[in-house]
Amino acid sequence: MGPKSRITLVLVILGFVLCILVERSGLLSAYILQISMYVGINIILTLSLNLVNGYMGEFSVGHAGFMAIGAYVSSIITVRVFHNQMGPLVFPLAIIVAGIVTAATSFVVAFPSFRTRGDYLAIVTLAFNMIVKSVLENIDALGGPRGFMGMGRLTNLANVYAWCLVTIFVVRNLVYSNFGRAVLSIREDEVASNLVSVNTRQMKIMVFLIAAFFAGIAGALFAHVMQFINPRSFAIQKSTDILVMVYLGGIGSIFGSVLGATVYTVLLELLRPLGVWRWVVGPIMLVVLMICRPTGIMGLKELTGLIPREERVLGKKEETDVVTASN
Amino acid sequence: MIIILLQQMLNGLQLGSVYALIALGYTMVYGILRLINFAHGDIFMISCYFGFFAACAFLSNSIPTWLTFIATMMVSMLLTALVSVLIERVAYKPLRYAPKVSAVITALGIGLFLENFTLATLGPTPRGMPALLPNINYRLGALSLSSVQILIIVISIVLMVLLDRVVQKTMTGMAMRAVSYDKPTASLMGVPVDGIISATFAIGSAVAGAGGVLYSLAYPIINPYMGVRIGWWAFIAAVIGGIGNVRGAMLGSYILAFVEVFTPMVLPSSTYRDFVAFTVLLIVLVVRPTGLMGRVTAQKV
Repeated sequence: MGPKSRITLVLVILGFVLCILVERSGLLSAYILQISMYVGINIILTLSLNLVNGYMGEFSVGHAGFMAIGAYVSSIITVRVFHNQMGPLVFPLAIIVAGIVTAATSFVVAFPSFRTRGDYLAIVTLAFNMIVKSVLENIDALGGPRGFMGMGRLTNLANVYAWCLVTIFVVRNLVYSNFGRAVLSIREDEVASNLVSVNTRQMKIMVFLIAAFFAGIAGALFAHVMQFINPRSFAIQKSTDILVMVYLGGIGSIFGSVLGATVYTVLLELLRPLGVWRWVVGPIMLVVLMICRPTGIMGLKELTGLIPREERVLGKKEETDVVTASN
Repeated sequence: MIIILLQQMLNGLQLGSVYALIALGYTMVYGILRLINFAHGDIFMISCYFGFFAACAFLSNSIPTWLTFIATMMVSMLLTALVSVLIERVAYKPLRYAPKVSAVITALGIGLFLENFTLATLGPTPRGMPALLPNINYRLGALSLSSVQILIIVISIVLMVLLDRVVQKTMTGMAMRAVSYDKPTASLMGVPVDGIISATFAIGSAVAGAGGVLYSLAYPIINPYMGVRIGWWAFIAAVIGGIGNVRGAMLGSYILAFVEVFTPMVLPSSTYRDFVAFTVLLIVLVVRPTGLMGRVTAQKV
């Protein structure tokens, strides 16, 4: 273990201690705690969507569908299977099962992606989102359109923080591995990457699996902060929110996703005094951003600390290539 | 049973006609810009409000009813076209040479903006569209047929035929097809590309404006979120037919309307209609990735 990774480890542990302290001491109001958890959940969602939209260059617009599945599966486990007993012990298990089940459903989206790309794949993901919502609305055992409740408040800051770190860690290591290079090559030119013997089908399945897994986990965390979920909270508006965070922060950038999720969540909260008009200001910001800086805040750049050391010089060169090719 | 079936087919025709008028806007814009204009459903919603305010204004004067109806249609079509050209100029034009994803996200943003702006200024209370025309019920044996129903079907079909003629036979239509085929070359041939794109937006939205007035005659409740569902359905219709293809959009709209009308007859509740519609969409896309009447394009290497 080098000195750098020792520092990282210390920082991670410090973060954990801080999370627990802050929550126990009551230094921060419940409102701020809640917002911090939303920020964390949104970071997970944004990173996982960035994997598909930013790194693989597909255009998925139905991420909230995956989130819904995670939310419902985890809630069924904690409420219906364990009847709210042994909450803190069962919860991590529920989260992971929710992630796995959600990942399994990603095949619905992954298979059509073999044949279609671009707009038509966007439509497939959209249809997926709508179908999930519609099915949930029609299952009476899960409350139908009225929603599902009875979850304990099992999500806490430390929980969210841990999953955020896991997501960042996994995405970062994936992106800077051979696997990541193969995924990037699909974004740049699918035919060419097939020619250099990248198994594009396998790559697509894997990326959708991983993205759905983390979206499911975010859904599980979300359900146990809100303690109430209904199909409408996972409608296309939610998917749009996640898209906005990805493109606000900048596609193909881990730090960008973290920044995008944080800025967007906090900003919407700060705009709360505007009432209904806050929902008018948000879309205007998005449109202006797209016109003035279509690459987002980070614009395909990465925070140097997140790039493996041996890649740093190489990484610079790659960025310029990416900018020219992303059109 | 046959009577119910026929009656439902009539309802399907009525609904499909309205969907078709909206789907045309999606498909025309996609044909020319390769942009899914996600704001189009909300433009339809805006047109309903225009129709509502125009109708209220005209009804307070003593004008003959048929004239009120035509004037309402005209005002709604004109204002909707204006709004949509404005949106195109302000939001889409700067992005014409940007990555396509930026334009699609902008469209999503514009849609949300229109919805929430209407909500903020006009409030969430639904408005009831006043009855512009006397609704007379005709009986054809056991079938019942209302005058509004006939009007919607006839006007929609006239508009669709007209639009098809415009695209196929006129200079503007030819220019549209040229721009859709190859923008730089069309520009070299002296086609005013920007003007043609604006004209496409204007025509597509004017047709949606007509659809808005017709829709609110049949289902007279207007609220800021009505464009979401109807917009999505029209969009699916356009995709099923093959987005970019005008005739495909009409075909897709009628297919989808029949799906919507017949779902409650087969499945226990009408709440399954979204599920059925999107499943049909998925199946069509998997079997024919470019829709029923869409042209199969080979990817350039």
